[in-house]
Amino acid sequence: MIVFATFRIAVRALKRNTLRTLLTMLGIIIGVGAVIAAISITNGAKSQVEAQIASLGQNVILILSGNVTRGGFSMGFGSAGTLTQEDFDSIRREIPGVNAATPEVRAFSQIAAGNQNINSQVFGVGADYFDIRSWPVANGAPFTETDVRNANKVVLLGQTSARTLFGGADAVGEIVRIKSAPFTVVGILAPKGMSMSGSTDQDDLLIVPYTSAMKRLTGATTFRSFSVQTTSAEAMPNVQQEIIELLRQRHRIGPGRDDDFIVRTQQEITEAATATSRIMTILLGAIAGVSLIVGGIGIMNIMLVSVTERTREIGLRMSVGARGKDILLQFLIEAVTLSIVGGAIGILLGVGSSRILSLKMGWVTLTSPESILMAFLFSAAIGIFFGFYPARKAARLDPIDALRYE
Amino acid sequence: MPAVIKLENFSKTYYTGAVDVHAVRGVSLEIQPGEFVAVMGASGSGKSTLMNTIGCLDRPTAGKYWLDGVDVGELNRDELADLRNEKIGFVFQGFNLLSRTSALENVELPMLYSRPGVGAAHQRDRALKALEIVGLSDRADHHPNQLSGGQQQRVAIARALVNNPRLLLADEPTGNLDSRTSIEIMGVFQNLNAQGMTVVMVTHELDIAHYSTRMVIMRDGRIVSDEGVRDRLFAPEELRKLDLEQQAVQLA
Repeated sequence: MIVFATFRIAVRALKRNTLRTLLTMLGIIIGVGAVIAAISITNGAKSQVEAQIASLGQNVILILSGNVTRGGFSMGFGSAGTLTQEDFDSIRREIPGVNAATPEVRAFSQIAAGNQNINSQVFGVGADYFDIRSWPVANGAPFTETDVRNANKVVLLGQTSARTLFGGADAVGEIVRIKSAPFTVVGILAPKGMSMSGSTDQDDLLIVPYTSAMKRLTGATTFRSFSVQTTSAEAMPNVQQEIIELLRQRHRIGPGRDDDFIVRTQQEITEAATATSRIMTILLGAIAGVSLIVGGIGIMNIMLVSVTERTREIGLRMSVGARGKDILLQFLIEAVTLSIVGGAIGILLGVGSSRILSLKMGWVTLTSPESILMAFLFSAAIGIFFGFYPARKAARLDPIDALRYE
Repeated sequence: MPAVIKLENFSKTYYTGAVDVHAVRGVSLEIQPGEFVAVMGASGSGKSTLMNTIGCLDRPTAGKYWLDGVDVGELNRDELADLRNEKIGFVFQGFNLLSRTSALENVELPMLYSRPGVGAAHQRDRALKALEIVGLSDRADHHPNQLSGGQQQRVAIARALVNNPRLLLADEPTGNLDSRTSIEIMGVFQNLNAQGMTVVMVTHELDIAHYSTRMVIMRDGRIVSDEGVRDRLFAPEELRKLDLEQQAVQLA
């Protein structure tokens, strides 16, 4: 018998029970849809993390202040305030292979300009910051070492902050009051876009010399973190080791005691992110596998019901000359049609829902053709695997018993 | 020409647990081309087993069966299926039509399993021709639930005819029909038989058996009587009588 004719018989049989067919496919639809959507979301997040890590700059080592633990709760990196100006100066002075370095402090302050009054993130950094982050200034110029040394009241605005404070007008040369201290705008930064979580706008910030930030805004004397850029990728392990030794020595940490700071290379951060996404992928795969198997069992169940219901039809087909193989093929094609159509609808659902997520929630999603192909092949395989037993049961029926079946 | 059916000392025993059931005990029977045979018997007489074997749905446990010269006992499941497809047309008591499938497609069904395959256009032509033979060419697109019982049985007969079988095998073909429609269906069989088709029919109605040319009566797995029908009934005549009777009833 021609496969095409069998396919037509299968489709007709499925059409006969539209609701049941849909309900049976639902398992596969939801399974495949969830997998496609989840893969799109993780892929999107992964690409964002990678972009984020790359935006730290080339060959960058991060030094974070250790975290304070209070009552068993970690207060977060940088909360201990163990990094000092002297630490920073000695890293710059004593460690070879350091190309550029900047400390970082953060404050959340009230900002006013003209009649605008907002609360925004203020970063205090050194003059090297813009080079390390490869963050160009779109308009005006970055502040200089002199500005840092003198704790000058100069500020660079992120794109979003510039827009909220000054509208479309050119802000360079204008005055911005941060915690009521007047800062002169020297430049506007190039746009950077949304962060990886999609929840924060990286262009909604102000950047001032760290000296000014510590003196006029935070009053702190320690830093949250340092960013150090090495001269080359090869120099990184050495520089990292030397920084650790230097800081242990400066912080008088005896042998066998834990560091009160954390040193991470970009590579380590990347590896951590990759490991996280790998775990996510495995987890998703497991959930997907379970839901597809549940869907497959649904198909098997309905196919068994269908075989029982159509016992007389099977008997008739056999009596007019259908071989066991023809019957097997008919029911197998029916099961595969169920699972493939379900898979196709699931793919549409998954792609559609990830589109909606990126449109409505601003999440970055990446639908890969490989994942679609995989989902499709997997659902076909599910159909064959779970359809085989009922189909074989049908094919092995005795024509006489089948014809007589009530 | 060889006999269409040749049974030689055919026996069928079902081994079901403790007791062996001897459904048929040594039957020899020969049916020549062009015969119209009615097989009669009470339930348990072995006539169904005999029919299943003649229809190549089952194989004898002892003895020999040749269908159109082919030794059926030596065939496997697939070869039996091919033989049914090629040489036998089945007509059942319950019609066994596929629901929500047009009459035409129901008639096309056996050709789906023909080896070598039959092209779609050719299938349609042959199915239409078969429907024409049973007088239903104007109902080709109707579904079974849109047809009367008699019409459904005609579709089933067309389906049985579509592969030009050597043998038409009918199992209680009038069991679900009223007397008038039963006579009409017997008319169809008599027409086909007149054109040379060999017909074997199982029935328990004596008057229906009288439309055949030869009556085989079975009891306890054996043939107890096998003789020609003497006062044979003919469908057109019987229909006329039935009309007159009905008129008489109306007049009275």
